Amino acid sequence: MTRPAPSSAPKLPVSLAANPMLSSWVRFSPEGHVMVFPGKVEIGQGIVTALAQIAADELDVDIGRVQMVRASTAGSPNEGITSGSLSVQQSGRAIRHACAQIRRIFLDAASDRLGVGIDALDVEDGTISGPGNVSTSYWELAAEVSLDRDATPGATPKSSTQRTLAGKSIQRVDIPDKVFAHPRFIHDFALPGMLHGRVLRPELSAARLVTLSEDHARAVAGLVAIVRDGNFAGVVSETEDGAENALRALHKDAAWSSGETLPDEERLAEWLKAQPSEPTVIDTKTASGKRAKVRTIGRQYTRPYLAHASIAPSCAIAQWSGGCVHVWTHSQGVYFLRADLALVLKLPVENIIVEHMEGAGCYGHNAADDVALDAVLLAKAAGGRPVRVQWSRQDEMSHAPFGAAMAIEIEADLDAQGEIVEWRHRVWSNGHTARPGRAAQPALLAASELANPFPRYIATNPPQANGGGADRNSIPLYDFPSWEIECHRLLTMPIRTSALRTLGGQGNVFAIESFIDELATDRGEDPVALRLRHLSDSRAQDVIRSVARRANWKPDKQTGRGYGIGFARYKNTGAYCAVVAEVEGAEDVSVKRLTIAVDVGEAINPDGVINQIEGGAIQATSWVLKERVRFDRQRITSNSWASYPILRFSEVPEVQVELIPRPDSEPLGAGEAAHGPVTAAIANAVFDALGVRIRNLPITRDSLIAAMELAT
Amino acid sequence: MPRIRFRLNGAETTVDADPDRSLLDILRGQLGITGPHFGCGANECGACNVIVGDHAVAACDTPLWSVADKNITTIEGLGSPQRPHPLQRAFIAEQALQCGYCVSGVLMSAAALLMRNPNPTGEDVKAALDRNLCRCGSHNRMVRAVLHAAAEMQAR
Repeated sequence: MTRPAPSSAPKLPVSLAANPMLSSWVRFSPEGHVMVFPGKVEIGQGIVTALAQIAADELDVDIGRVQMVRASTAGSPNEGITSGSLSVQQSGRAIRHACAQIRRIFLDAASDRLGVGIDALDVEDGTISGPGNVSTSYWELAAEVSLDRDATPGATPKSSTQRTLAGKSIQRVDIPDKVFAHPRFIHDFALPGMLHGRVLRPELSAARLVTLSEDHARAVAGLVAIVRDGNFAGVVSETEDGAENALRALHKDAAWSSGETLPDEERLAEWLKAQPSEPTVIDTKTASGKRAKVRTIGRQYTRPYLAHASIAPSCAIAQWSGGCVHVWTHSQGVYFLRADLALVLKLPVENIIVEHMEGAGCYGHNAADDVALDAVLLAKAAGGRPVRVQWSRQDEMSHAPFGAAMAIEIEADLDAQGEIVEWRHRVWSNGHTARPGRAAQPALLAASELANPFPRYIATNPPQANGGGADRNSIPLYDFPSWEIECHRLLTMPIRTSALRTLGGQGNVFAIESFIDELATDRGEDPVALRLRHLSDSRAQDVIRSVARRANWKPDKQTGRGYGIGFARYKNTGAYCAVVAEVEGAEDVSVKRLTIAVDVGEAINPDGVINQIEGGAIQATSWVLKERVRFDRQRITSNSWASYPILRFSEVPEVQVELIPRPDSEPLGAGEAAHGPVTAAIANAVFDALGVRIRNLPITRDSLIAAMELAT
Repeated sequence: MPRIRFRLNGAETTVDADPDRSLLDILRGQLGITGPHFGCGANECGACNVIVGDHAVAACDTPLWSVADKNITTIEGLGSPQRPHPLQRAFIAEQALQCGYCVSGVLMSAAALLMRNPNPTGEDVKAALDRNLCRCGSHNRMVRAVLHAAAEMQAR
């Protein structure tokens, strides 16, 4: 059955159209609380506060009355996944619309009860009052007003000038708990009778478990069970310490086959380009009356595999009851995880409840989903008791999916004046998403380890209409007369990849913005001026002009100090961000200052947006200066903080963020806007300081020396 | 099992446990103190930092025997919503975190610094926090918050 195509009548926000029942979003409790049920989850980005602001604003209640309920497949709206900087766009719009309609429904009911026309009614902190001191409230009316009805298009949310909370930098609702160590994290959560599990994983990539002697592990105090299913093996113990000790014993007594061969990390670009791949033409643009090309400039840029490297190792709890299982997880998508668990367990989804709990900062598809399956498999041996599983730091750094390495070639045909006539951009990379819940086969690690294994899921790319994957931000925002953009997705995946913040955006923006800088140098033109005259989008021009002004572009040349600019509109449809980086150094480069201008449309919580941009900028600086997943031909070797260092307090640049106010524009996410522009700005500043162009990330002492040697 | 005594957040505490077990495991597993967080188990990230005496140490890398008769302060002993430590107040005022998993360890490193050096510079704060990793990029806010807390404590 297909529904008739919608007319041009007003439409519901996408999340509300998918989950129209108003009571699935908002309920009033008799004690005077408003319970809001977003389908998006807190992953350290402050989304729960922004959504609470929107709800409180539309309903005219004090934000202290708003209780944000964690997402669960037992009842929350299905909003897919919390990713792609879409939570304010999707959940925020849905909650705003639903609350506007709910407010109106209650005003109608109050009007009936009080005998006062709607226009004469006023709502203040949930109390609805009218002339002559008559009043009622959401809570009083809640018993007789059913919200078990579908949202309808046409509700009118407040205008930007009527809002009192959205647009204000109110304090995040979760921060006091975290500062006073009131347990919020799944890691700190305990259920009655809870056991502890650990999973045995090989050091060699994709090795098979040949023999496993269980005797020593069985002798460890507190052991409850040893679970083995093919290459999947783990322990369950009364205590966490006992589980660690039993796992240590198993490790000693396990024999593994040789694994599969990994690429040569020193020749990544060659390897990426030599693999079987699926080519896709992402976009073409053809000029009418093309100017004659006089010469062509081409460059290749690369970025390495990057680790999520969250401060907490992934953790999950699972408890079986009969044929049903309850899972507590910090996954980004509870419904998607449930779908994959159902595939592995061969259970109907109704038998599985997946409930979100906060984990440490989540920057994409990390091991949260994998450890949930681990817990489910181990809990089968726990006789109905809950089992908490936590990965080791080593496994977190070597078995969780990585952000994919990329090789990017850009060529520009130039006319006699050195103007760009044609632009070609080619990307080689593994796919940037292998998330669970999307395919007919599961994407969870243990699924590929079972005695009856599911094949390893080879990462794919979301379509360009959803922002693309390896090709994200590969289409220039600059109005060049013609271009051809091509993406080669690898069909082999010896190193497991999936979504990491910006997907391919960071690599592509690094390449485009570095190449633009190289062209500007070639022409002897100021890189800001060159960008501005190729941009017709006024919001793009505004962020570049703002950042140039704020950074006094371009300060006078000083020895050992350089300035560079980078710009992008995330996904070409999201936030605009321009960055000026100031770097210092000779053989060791340090980033001194990042000056940033950003346009996220309506900022629900401006300080929250600035916090996200600052954090994104610092994380990107870490990627650029320090990070690269290391491996030999058999194993991931960067499996500790010592072997995968990230930026430290003493290395963090000063970050200044200017937020361009756009209260009447649609809100756009902020979490991924800064990574690409910061990366390029640093690389361009390094060139400005040292005259050395680094085209292969990261920019380290070694890569600088190598580039200097190449240049001489 | 040997019996080991120490003062934990001001309270006399006795545990019967293998003295080679890590303080973190005892705190979280046996005493239900979940503020110190496991991050790496190798004294490389600071998420489990607690104060022993007047120094911040990684509880994951501190054997139980080494804290016998010592004063141990965890984030739970730093302050409460009713009686917040100036650092806790400042971290809220500056919104100095994103996910907050590292913050209990960061607060303990900062509190130990302020015990030794009540008037630190920004560079002092960065040096004191340099063994604490933060992946969300809240470093600058945290440094500002520590400086504000120090100023507030000086003014009292």
